[in-house]
Amino acid sequence: MSKRWAEVNGEAGPRADAHAPARPSKARTTMAFIFVAALYVWSGIGTETRPVSLLLGIPDMANLFSRMWPPNMAYLRTMVVPLMETMQMAVLGTALGAALAVPVVLVSSRNISRYRKAYYTARAVLNLVRTLPDILLASVFAAALGFGALPGVMALAVFSFGIIAKLTSETVEAIDPGPLEALSATGSPRINVVYYGVVPQVLPQFVAYCLYVFEINVRAATVLGLVGAGGIGMWLQRDMNLMMYRNASAIILLIFAFVLVMDFISNWLRGRLV
Amino acid sequence: MSAHRISPKSRLCRAFLLVGAVIVVLAWAARGVEFSLTRLGVGVPQVLRIMSLMWPFSWVHLPDVTVRLIETFQIAFLGTSIASVLAAPIGFLGARNLSRVRGQTYLAKFMLNAIRTFPELLLGLVFIRGVGPGPFAGVLTIGVHSIGMLGKLYAEVVEGIDTAPLEALAASGATRAQVVRYSVVPQVLPEFASQAIYRFEINMRAASILGLVGAGGIGTPLLFALYQHDWPRVGLILTGIMIVVTATDLVSSYLRSRLV
Amino acid sequence: MIELIEISKTFPNGVQALKNVSLTIGDGEFVVIVGLSGAGKSTLLRCINRLVEPTSGKVVIDGVDVTAAGPEELRRIRTRIGMIFQDFNLVKRSLVITNVLAGRLGHTSPFRGLAGLFSREDIDVALSCLDKVDIRDKAYVRADQLSGGQQQRVGIARALAQMPSLILADEPVASLDPPTSHVVMRDLKRINEEDHITTIVNLHFIDLARQYGSRIVGLRAGELVYDGPAQDATEGTFESIYGRRIHEGDLRDVEEVGRSERGSRSSR
Repeated sequence: MSKRWAEVNGEAGPRADAHAPARPSKARTTMAFIFVAALYVWSGIGTETRPVSLLLGIPDMANLFSRMWPPNMAYLRTMVVPLMETMQMAVLGTALGAALAVPVVLVSSRNISRYRKAYYTARAVLNLVRTLPDILLASVFAAALGFGALPGVMALAVFSFGIIAKLTSETVEAIDPGPLEALSATGSPRINVVYYGVVPQVLPQFVAYCLYVFEINVRAATVLGLVGAGGIGMWLQRDMNLMMYRNASAIILLIFAFVLVMDFISNWLRGRLV
Repeated sequence: MSAHRISPKSRLCRAFLLVGAVIVVLAWAARGVEFSLTRLGVGVPQVLRIMSLMWPFSWVHLPDVTVRLIETFQIAFLGTSIASVLAAPIGFLGARNLSRVRGQTYLAKFMLNAIRTFPELLLGLVFIRGVGPGPFAGVLTIGVHSIGMLGKLYAEVVEGIDTAPLEALAASGATRAQVVRYSVVPQVLPEFASQAIYRFEINMRAASILGLVGAGGIGTPLLFALYQHDWPRVGLILTGIMIVVTATDLVSSYLRSRLV
Repeated sequence: MIELIEISKTFPNGVQALKNVSLTIGDGEFVVIVGLSGAGKSTLLRCINRLVEPTSGKVVIDGVDVTAAGPEELRRIRTRIGMIFQDFNLVKRSLVITNVLAGRLGHTSPFRGLAGLFSREDIDVALSCLDKVDIRDKAYVRADQLSGGQQQRVGIARALAQMPSLILADEPVASLDPPTSHVVMRDLKRINEEDHITTIVNLHFIDLARQYGSRIVGLRAGELVYDGPAQDATEGTFESIYGRRIHEGDLRDVEEVGRSERGSRSSR
């Protein structure tokens, strides 16, 4: 039948010795699978993973949940101030971080930074700062300064600074260079070239990044207290330690609601930025 | 052409109001945490002083720190891997363009949001209650939390696919499962993998702090070192974390660039 | 008076954009530079205010050696040179008046510039420049809400706000439609005649070059190949500048081409 088809179409038809397209090497895929599987097993052993433990542990966890229910909602009346403190930590931390980020962005953006060494240094510092999670910074600061809201604010500030500076630098590097060229051509001092040419182009994005980081900081601020850095987390820590589980669960629900509300507000604000 | 005639006066007014509002909020926030520039002025030099105490590192702790860092990697790896698989079905359920049951997406997304909003450290405490302190609790925490995070992202990926191939396949008489297998899966798989790898980057950081509440990894020796104000040891640990996380970030970027 | 003395420019990637170009331009002249894309027009213009650094050669403006000037002096020199760009280069999100006031930044102290506090005088200058290009009523409109032609007029106003002694225009009408191109060229010509500002314009539309220029300079592959009065430039002149026959893409107003002169229909 293939011969007939070949005649009809005037072609030579498939030749027996024609080269078939090379099949992707199966060996490589198998090796990759084995490697990943080995990684799994090794990780499982290293972390003492025993699914059996999980099953055995369920009654304990259920026990915990039962002792946390129903939550003691009346307790929340005393939690208003700590919650406010949490929000204030998030606000201040984000604001300080953003303020710190502004001058650094001028150095860490390739298209407006003037000295190469400073650029590379700034980039390196930002990358290193961003490797440390906010709670880690908070625990170190709390150990250095004593418990309270100050180490929390400082930790959030450093953390926010890293993220905002990196994201804003990337935005700055992507702006239209035309207006900058035009402003230089008018003989304007350099700082004004930046202010009139760069800032209008990146301001909305910068504010959006600040709000995004603010969302993250709100979540973080609620648990910073668990390592002693202030906010409602400290009361949660205390209640868990004192085994006042119904209070603790009330706080958890409050945190829940709080984060959802702040997320909503933040998203709404970001939507209005355009 | 719809051009706004914004007079200079009203623009100035708006700008002033905005700046004023921001200042008011900041002042309220500062008062609430008893924040003042003087306290900051004391705090920053103190932190810098402590940082200077971190060097030279206490190299004697290097073996223990290395082991713990490896353990952190394992926690993050296992947790992310399990979550990346388990989150897939939930992601599909939460995608608007594939759902057949009314309210299916809302339920799925609500569940995912609930998991996501639950603070990781608290989740760690819960699991410690169940399986005892140690890295296993960390694996479970990262796993469960990541299911929430990845599930939502997966759903968004699925919602963003090209539906044309789906129609083509359905028109050729394929069953629903076949349609999914041959037109949806090839489109979403690379993006799923990319999201999972990015999640792994984040989870490396998360895993390093879980030890602070007892769920294994580098956080545990860090907690001890901080408690004892053993700053050289703290310095070693922090540097170790920075190195490992940076390495993970680089590998992750490389893998993700090869995927998409 | 502007003197370009043996200007050469070789880019880091090896491309030699300008080869020993020498040119003298007297005060108040309206010079049009023509040439194919890549002939070096843009580079030449940018060497004058050192947006591009010449590899060798000198630029002397009114007796001042621009090429040897230090950064602060260069900045001051630039305040006397207004530049107009093909893509307008306005800050899209800012108001028209802000864009024009940017032209005054060179004359304002940096701090005032940062605070946005321009003197009453500066604002008056800006408004009168907008008036000159007939677009004062759009002063408080966001720049990206204007049409291309209007944006270019704002660009011209910004250059005028500097109160320059020299205006450089790099393909000012390439992004505009034919009628608007004529409006802009007419504005430039009028400003040159009324305010006696030396004007150098890059164009690749030869009909506009002949219509508005008083002197035409031709560049080909980085070399100066023609320099003479506009009325003496014929079709043949341009063909020798371009090194090929003229076709429709070289003309702004295609209808003006006589049928007998239509060259081969080469692709744009």
